[in-house]
Amino acid sequence: MKDFSNLISAIEITNKTNAKIDALVNYFRTAPDKDKLWLIALFTGKRPSRPVKSNLMKTWVMEITQLPEWLFLESYASVGDLGETIALLLPNPEYKIEKPLHIWIDELINLKQKTDEEKKIYVLEAWNGLEAQERLIFNKLIGGSFRIGVSKKTLVNSLAKLSGIDANQLMHSIIGNWTPNSISFDDLLNGEHINYDNSKPYPFCLAYSLEKDLEDLGKTNEWQVEYKWDGIRGQIIKRKEEVFIWSRGEELVTEQFPELVEAVGQLEGNFVIDGEILAIKDSAVLLFNDLQKRLNRKNVTKKLMEEVPVGLYIYDILEWNEVDLRTFSMEERRVKLEELFKQNTSDILKLSEVINFKNWDELDALRNIARSFNSEGLMLKKKDSIYHVGRKKGDWWKWKVDPLTIDAVMIYAQKGSGRRSSKYTDYTFAVKNEDKLVTVAKAYLGLTDVEITEISRWVNKNAIEKFGPVRTVKPELVFEIAFEGIAYSKRHKSGVALRFPRMKRWRKDKTVKDIDTIESVKALIDAN
Amino acid sequence: MKLIKFTKKGIYCIPGKFYLDPWYPVDYAIISHGHADHSRAGNKHYLCHNDSKAIIKHRLGQDIFIESLRYNEPRNINGVQVSFFPAGHVIGSAQIRLEYKGFVVVFSGDYKTQPDFISTPFEPVKCHEFITESTFGLPIYKWKEEAALQTQLQNWVLQNQQNNRTSVFLGYSLGKAQRIMKLIEGVDDIFVHTAIHNLNYAISGSGIELPETTLLNYDFKKADLQNKIVIMPPGLLGSRLLKKIPNASTAICSGWMHIRGNRRWKGVDAGFAVSDHADWDGLLEAVKATEAEKVYVTHGSQAVFSKYLNEIGIEAHELKTEFGDDELASEVEIKTEKA
Repeated sequence: MKDFSNLISAIEITNKTNAKIDALVNYFRTAPDKDKLWLIALFTGKRPSRPVKSNLMKTWVMEITQLPEWLFLESYASVGDLGETIALLLPNPEYKIEKPLHIWIDELINLKQKTDEEKKIYVLEAWNGLEAQERLIFNKLIGGSFRIGVSKKTLVNSLAKLSGIDANQLMHSIIGNWTPNSISFDDLLNGEHINYDNSKPYPFCLAYSLEKDLEDLGKTNEWQVEYKWDGIRGQIIKRKEEVFIWSRGEELVTEQFPELVEAVGQLEGNFVIDGEILAIKDSAVLLFNDLQKRLNRKNVTKKLMEEVPVGLYIYDILEWNEVDLRTFSMEERRVKLEELFKQNTSDILKLSEVINFKNWDELDALRNIARSFNSEGLMLKKKDSIYHVGRKKGDWWKWKVDPLTIDAVMIYAQKGSGRRSSKYTDYTFAVKNEDKLVTVAKAYLGLTDVEITEISRWVNKNAIEKFGPVRTVKPELVFEIAFEGIAYSKRHKSGVALRFPRMKRWRKDKTVKDIDTIESVKALIDAN
Repeated sequence: MKLIKFTKKGIYCIPGKFYLDPWYPVDYAIISHGHADHSRAGNKHYLCHNDSKAIIKHRLGQDIFIESLRYNEPRNINGVQVSFFPAGHVIGSAQIRLEYKGFVVVFSGDYKTQPDFISTPFEPVKCHEFITESTFGLPIYKWKEEAALQTQLQNWVLQNQQNNRTSVFLGYSLGKAQRIMKLIEGVDDIFVHTAIHNLNYAISGSGIELPETTLLNYDFKKADLQNKIVIMPPGLLGSRLLKKIPNASTAICSGWMHIRGNRRWKGVDAGFAVSDHADWDGLLEAVKATEAEKVYVTHGSQAVFSKYLNEIGIEAHELKTEFGDDELASEVEIKTEKA
């Protein structure tokens, strides 16, 4: 497992994607076939189920180290990762075990049906034969995420570099139906188990943010304007009765949206369409935060599908009955798209509405109300434009609504996870409610690493209580919080819910006296 | 008996009328070691260990009034017997022992119990009251022995050379830099940043032998540096100077690098847990060896460490101080060096 452990060390230390890819390629060049297949399986969610409960592991470590539980938890709070905490707390190994990755995994799969006592003997023996880093890997093989920034895309790019095979084809291959025991590494890469002709996607056409005055865009009737939606941009392919959904990051996400697969599968003909996957309930688009609950799940349960149903707003059509339409104009493609959906109707597949407007001023007004139904703003597409490959300036523009902002004070800080586990990165903010403070938002995005480091140090010094993962801090640090929308909420103590709050700026020039009041925050609801 | 008092300016010895590592200017300061958060400017009178004298003068000015002692050389100040004992933290670092009418208090300053190749090894001192640091006061911290670190660092340099990379170590100029120099001595030529070069000069001046190094000039030739070793202060991470170094592979040497999240946070190519502070077992060992009746726990994990000491039957109290952690000390250091 030494090689696998070294690979993980090499990957986790760097934030450069190319360095990660090189490390993976090196591994693929030298590792045994079975190990390579397991590596791909581990990083694509095809891992075996957890053989040992983490609570048992925790109990055994406390037994070995003779540490009180509070000190174990304090260590865990500081490290931010259970597998790593255990690896670090255990005493140094007394001997050395060297086994390839796939043997470890086979043993762990067999461990599942053993008794707790047998599991304990096996795990303790392994811990005592592995160095701290290998121990961590071993704990991660039992369960838990590696959190080392290897996306499916990174994995696929390294396999493409290794083999020279097209990355999208490899994406389909690794997502496809296989297990490490059912296929050889070469057959997996060559896609012996899939039919890539059916899934092959087109590159997405992307837009730039609007950077000129509307008047400079020319005549209004040269533009097709639609609402912009904040979901998952997807390319939905139906060819020969097979349905595939590609995300903009060129990952196959088909399995995450069973209701879309079903709806698209019922449509007539073969086609490739471009649209936005959104959480839609009672015909209203929900926030990205809601959609997020549906993403990267191993199993999409019925309950989850009822709680957050998804739908598709369709923007464009790229292929229809084996004909590539990308060189057709936007206007012509729209006609084709409407034709396709005249033959087919579906509750969850909707055409993106084309906005009628007379002059540019009217459009500005429309943009400003977009927020009220969870749209991000407007998309402006030149009617004579082709479907470009990638980002090209001039034909497609996105024109977003400006975020709302308030000033709030930090009252709690919590450590992050993964790369951020060593710092206080997640904060809770409050505004004034008469002479008290009331929580209005939690946020973890928007600051630079330098700012986070400075704040972490401040939290260490200014924490009011000192144990556990959440630190209550003196209400001193003021931040400008930006958000996409605001509504009354009975579930929140403050009575308001902010949509997608993040830190816009650390207001070092302001003190707690200068922050917003709950009244001034509520006033934003009525103004929007 | 009340021999010491914790004041806003720092730890004060009542009968002795002096302060230990004060953070505001006082008349008489006894200094444990030369790091910026322990040895501050503006005091009228300084007393430190012999090996710290040149360092402190180099940093605070040649005109300060400073005296120094050997380890275990007593000095009577207003009836209090003051002496220094090795702390194993950096060159010249000392625990400060105070004895008054048979009552003994020891202030650890910063310390490390594991011997390295350069500073005088830590010596436990019996006392009634012990003031200990707790920078790495959690059981997750467990350092490797110096020989194992040596292999780790040297292998990294050799591997970099195979990949045509220049090895750049980031470690603060007093203590860490000299320790890294010792750990990688003999592998290849070592270039050091001005701040480190000047300190090395001051340290060598007090008769301590250091590995041979070359000053890294700002107008260096890239070819001279390729595949060699460079040591610079951590504040220069992301600096133009660092970017100019050809094919640099960067490594931070600090106890914090023991945790993955910390290694990944910094965006360097490697992180080595080379710490100048005691690990968990080191802290416990040191506290127990003093046989102190009462322990005061300062900077770091004071809440956790003092709670644990009380649970194992050692009376301990938390003490708030203005001493920094590793990283803070390094940043203070850079500021003073630029000034």
